Amino acid sequence: MTQHSVQEVKKTTCYMCACRCGIRVHLKDGEVRYIDGNPNHPLNKGVICAKGSSGIMKQYSPARLTRPLRRKSTAERGAGEFEPISWDEAFAILEERLGKIRATDPKKFALFTGRDQMQALTGLFARQFGTPNYAAHGGFCSVNMAAGLIYTIGGSFWEFGGPDLDRAKLFVMIGTAEDHHSNPLKIAISQFKRNGGRFVSINPVRTGYSAIADEWVPIRPGTDGAFLLAVIHEIIEKGLYDRDFLVRYTNAGQLVNCDEEDDEFGMFLRTEVPEEEACYDPQDKLWWDRKTNRPVVTHSEGADPCLLGEFEINGTKVKPAFQLLVERVKDYTPEWAEGVTGIPAATIRRLAYEMGVTARDQKIELPIAWTDAWGKEHETVTGNPVAFHAMRGLAAHSNGFQTIRALGILMSILGTIDRPGGFRHKVPFPRPIPPCARTPNHPNAVQPNKPLDGMALGWPADPDDLFVDEAGNPVRIDKGFSWEYPLSVHGLMHNVITNAWRGDPYRIDTLMIFMANMAWNSTMNAVEVRKMLNDKDENGEYKIPFIVVADAFQSEMTAFADLILPDTTYLERHDVMSLLDRPISEFDGPVDAVRIPVLPPLGECKPFQEVLIELASRLKLPAFVTKEGKRKYRDYPDFIVNYETEPGSGIGFLAGWRGKGGEKHLRGEPNPNQWEMYAKNDCVFHYELPKSYQYMRNWNQGYLEWSQRNRITRYAEPILIHIYSEVLMRFRQAARGKGFSRKPPAHLAKRVETFFDPLPFYYDPLEAQVTDRHKYPLAAVTQRPMAMYHSWDSQNAWLRQIHAHNVLYVNTHTARINGIEDGDWIWVESQWGKVKCIAKHSEAVEPGTVWTWNAIGKAAGAWNLAPDANESQLGFLLNHLISEELPSCERGSDRRVSNSDPITGQAAWYDVRVRIYKADEKVGAGETARTEPQFAPLKPYPGQPERKSIWNYFAGKNQ
Amino acid sequence: MTQLALVIDLNVCVGCHACVTNCKEWNTSGPAGPLVDLNPYGKNPTGTFFNRVQTYEVGEFPNTETVHFPKSCLHCEEPPCVPVCPTGASYKRKEDGIVLVDYDKCIGCKYCSWACPYGAREFDEHQRVMKKCTLCVDRIYDTTLTDEERRPACVRACPTSARLFGDIHDPESEVSRAIRENGGYQLMPEWGTQPANHYLPRRKTQIRLREDELERADNPLKIDRQLPKPAQAEPALDDVTSW
Ligand code: SF4
Ligand code: SF4
Ligand code: SF4
Repeated sequence: MTQHSVQEVKKTTCYMCACRCGIRVHLKDGEVRYIDGNPNHPLNKGVICAKGSSGIMKQYSPARLTRPLRRKSTAERGAGEFEPISWDEAFAILEERLGKIRATDPKKFALFTGRDQMQALTGLFARQFGTPNYAAHGGFCSVNMAAGLIYTIGGSFWEFGGPDLDRAKLFVMIGTAEDHHSNPLKIAISQFKRNGGRFVSINPVRTGYSAIADEWVPIRPGTDGAFLLAVIHEIIEKGLYDRDFLVRYTNAGQLVNCDEEDDEFGMFLRTEVPEEEACYDPQDKLWWDRKTNRPVVTHSEGADPCLLGEFEINGTKVKPAFQLLVERVKDYTPEWAEGVTGIPAATIRRLAYEMGVTARDQKIELPIAWTDAWGKEHETVTGNPVAFHAMRGLAAHSNGFQTIRALGILMSILGTIDRPGGFRHKVPFPRPIPPCARTPNHPNAVQPNKPLDGMALGWPADPDDLFVDEAGNPVRIDKGFSWEYPLSVHGLMHNVITNAWRGDPYRIDTLMIFMANMAWNSTMNAVEVRKMLNDKDENGEYKIPFIVVADAFQSEMTAFADLILPDTTYLERHDVMSLLDRPISEFDGPVDAVRIPVLPPLGECKPFQEVLIELASRLKLPAFVTKEGKRKYRDYPDFIVNYETEPGSGIGFLAGWRGKGGEKHLRGEPNPNQWEMYAKNDCVFHYELPKSYQYMRNWNQGYLEWSQRNRITRYAEPILIHIYSEVLMRFRQAARGKGFSRKPPAHLAKRVETFFDPLPFYYDPLEAQVTDRHKYPLAAVTQRPMAMYHSWDSQNAWLRQIHAHNVLYVNTHTARINGIEDGDWIWVESQWGKVKCIAKHSEAVEPGTVWTWNAIGKAAGAWNLAPDANESQLGFLLNHLISEELPSCERGSDRRVSNSDPITGQAAWYDVRVRIYKADEKVGAGETARTEPQFAPLKPYPGQPERKSIWNYFAGKNQ
Repeated sequence: MTQLALVIDLNVCVGCHACVTNCKEWNTSGPAGPLVDLNPYGKNPTGTFFNRVQTYEVGEFPNTETVHFPKSCLHCEEPPCVPVCPTGASYKRKEDGIVLVDYDKCIGCKYCSWACPYGAREFDEHQRVMKKCTLCVDRIYDTTLTDEERRPACVRACPTSARLFGDIHDPESEVSRAIRENGGYQLMPEWGTQPANHYLPRRKTQIRLREDELERADNPLKIDRQLPKPAQAEPALDDVTSW
């Protein structure tokens, strides 16, 4: 029975979400017959998810853009009226416009990208152009998770590291629904459960992964910090912390200046030892040695520091960092946390004990010898098998950074960092705290016709690293790296449109958006932001003069473009998942991967990478042209092979098969046949580290030197965990007017001083602080379903049958109190706006929370769905209720700040407070029952494929 | 006699729908296809899927279980959908127990779908014939495929390996063992249909902590000199007993 005649099987990498599984695409007569998981791929090991299996319907979607389009001169922006133009015309328009900007004021060009995974290239383009105004979506995604943990343990979850479920005995998932990440986590959780592990999920909602947890612990949104601090409290109180780990591998024993009068208050005490050359974080801090009862340099042979107590050195009061932590959590009792989180104190205690006792009593010993950074040899690697995973549920709150610091500290006091059964890093992490990349710190870094003098995004270590002018005002359009959001390491894409529209800090000329739906689900306050996008000044000019959107699909955003550049799908292009960007490394070593086209581009689609290389060559951006100004790279594949970070560095986008004949790895000269070698090897390069380099990497001499030799990190020094964050303290110091570094403008001093606490603390999310909680008693959050990646898949005929419209899930009891029956139409209202939607009773959500699936609701006609499609009539968008700005907390000020974490600028999506009440209509009571607000339906653009009304898809027989 | 079947482990199924769309993707371009989609980009899209996942909430807050429940034709050993078919289009194979529909003989009368107590049959409104899960009969006997590939599409796709495939009449098979050892059960056995597909129930792991496990001799607080002691002011027997 072999009727099927699959003619070709090509391997590439999936991109139906950001997980990047290896896939095999089976083609029949040039059409996609089947997509399955590649069994040889380290990430997904042959499995595939619902999205990945629906790639066919993305490839042949009617939402696809196939021609460059220009807004009709007669049409208003946003009306979606376009005329096709040639690529030559499109490039000519861009070359002229961008050329002028670059020659005058490069910051008037802003490039912001969505979930694109080519930030190494887009970032290079922006930097070479000379604009500081570049970022990807991280600021509205999970920058708190990245920054909170990287500033604490030198690594974070997902691409950077994760729970070692292979060896864990207890797994605590907090604030994760089903994304981040997808297949690898599904594989790992199911194996973990089969092996008899215990899985606890802490989440306001029980869906997805939480469904199969052994215990679901409902929690109020935004209160995770209170829970974690109370757990830390209990673990310390019962002596369940891993003392040996804290002493040797963290700064817990380091002495902090506790003399409030001293200029050095809050800073570590240091010896006078001269700094070694090229030292990033010199080991010159002090312990109070228990045995000799005097201060010694940390890690002195034979010394053992006091973790608790108070001492005096030359008249200065000092305390170990751990003592300060203990003082900090003193009042964070389970009883206190119960009132904040809604979790019974007894449950908090029990969970703390489960964590502490499992970590202590179920130790793993692997017979792997290794040497630590202080030269001490260890015969084994020890693991305390308690693993955590957390994501946007913690991150997307304005208290997220400090919450995530608390999580990092909990993981550390349990002794689980880069150890078997705990948290494990993925190369290029661990990196120094903070990593070495910096933005410029002065507006002069932006000069006509010059590349930006520094990175557009970096990791500030103290106030002098901020990207501000003399007066302390931001240089970036999103106000990233300014005193408002000092550690905004991923930028604040969510404030770009509002800031550019208002001209605060300045006006820009051209906004280029790649793959981000900033007029809909990727923006807060969508109704107003849409108005800003086509608002005009007194001269009748658009306040944002020119908007370019590059995307493969028609969306709410493309409607606001002046110029649309049609991108290809993932099956039609080359791509790299690079170590320079966000690779797909495994715990055991670095992994990078590629996409290789399996189909020709549809119509005139052009990969955005090619667009950037063409533009860069035309604009003669130095990295893309020879000294004579001639184009250096034929195309993107050529660029990937031949580009080196510096001439002769041997470091390029791909780490595999380098060197002339492909004989080298990680570093080596360009290999002209690199793509072919990836193609032959399942499109993936996996370098397995020697076992002795696979654990304890923050302090593993062998690993650190390997990492340095391969130019993954600059330094080979141990990366001590920051239980106490001196980095944060430096900002607080500056805010107090102390120290030598820059000082914040007066109106921000209080804010910086408050939030830059060197130890984690709990505060109500900022929005809650400016909300009448009696009027808006409920928290409203979203989750991303497993079968849809944000807004990407409503155009997908199969996936939209799984989620054609979303409803608002309300705890049954809460609904009844509000007179709401299952299926009623209701209004959800925040202080910023209101939305009409369908309510659904649920027992799987805590009573103070309402929630819905993210980004299912669409604007009528968007994504080339019929104007009466369920997505726009029954489904809704919660973003209309969320403000992108908050009134500043200063009394008597009309200043606004971003609705974001005050440390990192992370968009505080999940802070919104709402109330719900019944709408007049009943479901099915007639055609009028539909969601609100509504927008004028969008029409299909020229060149878009037909929207079929019946589809019998059969590969090889469709055309 | 062989009876092929799926065993679905509800203990690990996360409701991701991989099995749903991978099944559709495989089968729409195969001998059982196409699997039509009506109104694919319009109001109320509906299409043919051989496998669907439903989600239920069980219990009351906070003791709620969320159960994801994948369901396709259960390849009953006593399939009521077979005898009701007037043309013989609906049949059960002797050699492996797979229940199939011969589209050429099907007249679209829908008797079988009324007879099926599980709602597993899918009427193709366009072609006007009855369709349903074939256990990927076109894969599992295809000798051009590797052993790993000769499994139903849904089984291969499932990221949690929640779907096992094999012969439930062979006591040594992986599926028989899973049913035996993990309390595998049939859906609505009272109907007498003897569904071949089985489900494995949720299983919970708990940690039991004993009081005396909390404090140990090597408690680090002993080193850090802070082992919790009752406050001086707390009442003691010493204060009140005088014998
Ligand atoms: S998880 Fe699914 S959508 Fe994401 S990359 Fe993997 S197969 Fe593709
Ligand atoms: S693919 Fe597996 S985990 Fe996903 S819904 Fe199907 S059975 Fe469940
Ligand atoms: S599940 Fe329904 S369709 Fe399948 S064999 Fe049983 S009765 Fe027939």
